[in-house]
Amino acid sequence: MTTLTTAPTPDLIAKRSWLQLIGWGLFFVVLAWSWQGAEMNPLALIRDSSNMATFAADFFPPDFSDWELYLKEMIVTVQIALWGTVLAIVLAIPLGILCSENIVPWWVYQPIRRVMDACRSINEMVFAMLFVVAVGLGPFAGVLALFIGTTGVLAKLFAEAVEAIDPGPVEGVRATGASALQEVIYGVIPQVLPLWISYSLYRFESNVRSATVVGMVGAGGIGVILWEAIRGFQFAQTCALLIVIILVVSLLDIISQRLRKQFI
Amino acid sequence: MSAVIRVESLNKTFGRKQALFDLALSVEPGEMVALIGASGSGKSTLLRHVAGLACCDRSGGGSIQVLGREVQAAGRLNGEVRRLRADIGYIFQQFNLVGRLSVLQNVLLGCLGRMPRWRGTLGLFNAEEKQRALQALARVGLADLAQQRASTLSGGQQQRVAIARALCQRAKVILADEPIASLDPESARKVMQILADINREDGTTVVVTLHQVDYAMRYCQRAVALKAGRIHYDGAAAELHANFLNDLYGAELLDEPQSAEKPRRARKPKVPLALAKA
Repeated sequence: MTTLTTAPTPDLIAKRSWLQLIGWGLFFVVLAWSWQGAEMNPLALIRDSSNMATFAADFFPPDFSDWELYLKEMIVTVQIALWGTVLAIVLAIPLGILCSENIVPWWVYQPIRRVMDACRSINEMVFAMLFVVAVGLGPFAGVLALFIGTTGVLAKLFAEAVEAIDPGPVEGVRATGASALQEVIYGVIPQVLPLWISYSLYRFESNVRSATVVGMVGAGGIGVILWEAIRGFQFAQTCALLIVIILVVSLLDIISQRLRKQFI
Repeated sequence: MSAVIRVESLNKTFGRKQALFDLALSVEPGEMVALIGASGSGKSTLLRHVAGLACCDRSGGGSIQVLGREVQAAGRLNGEVRRLRADIGYIFQQFNLVGRLSVLQNVLLGCLGRMPRWRGTLGLFNAEEKQRALQALARVGLADLAQQRASTLSGGQQQRVAIARALCQRAKVILADEPIASLDPESARKVMQILADINREDGTTVVVTLHQVDYAMRYCQRAVALKAGRIHYDGAAAELHANFLNDLYGAELLDEPQSAEKPRRARKPKVPLALAKA
């Protein structure tokens, strides 16, 4: 039998290394170009180090005199994240299944995937600003902003889990004379449920983080106070707010990790 | 009474390779038929077509009727195929149970085709259906495992759960696609015995594809042998003799020396889930 694959000739090797060199060259050109655009100025860090030190000193000691308000607003922030996530999960279940190419024909999953892409591509902050205009200042605008972005993300993640299932059990359910919906309920969902729960918990964690900033554009929660404190140069209060955020977010991360372990 | 399964001039092509050639087969009520043949001879493909889990060629694909109702013709599934599947129990080589559901829930899935759609969708099985599922489990000797998760069972036990699902379904025809190919000899014997009992006691028509000819001779009256997509033998299982079997398997092995070593799963056509089609 003749060999079908020939060893690479020296020519080919030389060509490949040239291409590699050009590739790296291009990469560095882009980096240098972006240095200009981003106005990178590491010297400022050193030159203004005394300024920075004074600025940092303003943060300490943190001023917890309004801690009751901070806690109340932090709870509102978590509540925003909770509702934004739950609404997104409810919508992402059907949409995720309709995005899966092993469940529906292309003319269903292609358009729905594009809509989900659109939901994902715009940041929650932008949606928050739009909803503040639409439904007014307050937490509800934040819920809606998180809801839309999270639906886009979860639908994609849910669909990826569905596309990785074993088709066997689905066929087993189909063979009993079940309807298409029943095939999904009994054949698909039991297989993907652990992953879906895990993704949802993870999105809840990131939504708590996002909910702290949507407040900055007026969409409720601790972000509103944080923005006021920063604008008022009240850095001792800012520091206290940041500590509250860190503590609550870490606490929720730990709880949701514990929960996740139960399901996997 | 007319035939339970009637296959007429069935043709199936995967890509450029034709798997079934002008196949005709008819199975009478109450028969227990063994489908035998080497790997790649088309026996699993044939069985999947009978249950409407695969679709024959669009042009000149032929037709299949089960219990006097059309399953498919010329590459199109009957619109009522889901209702028809309720009468056809299907046993898979890989059992195809839903691993995270309990054994009892898996057996209850057999009721889905026979209850109102809304009730099945919400999982509201009534007392009579639960009773039926428990009886089916008792019949395959697994009543005490009802609450266990299906994935925790051994292969032989899972296959018996799958048979209980077909029993709960009250299937009039059971199609078993290599039900014992992944089982140890003792489990294989049990599974074949249960299938034979169902055939004898309930009068259920059973068609079972087998690798092992000795099982076909022991449990089935009739044997149909496929070779390269065509029927090579159709007659009494007891008359399968050594020379014929050499011809059936030997020639195939010479043609395709690798076919015996290839893993079964890899050779199987990919099963698209496309629910919208079926």
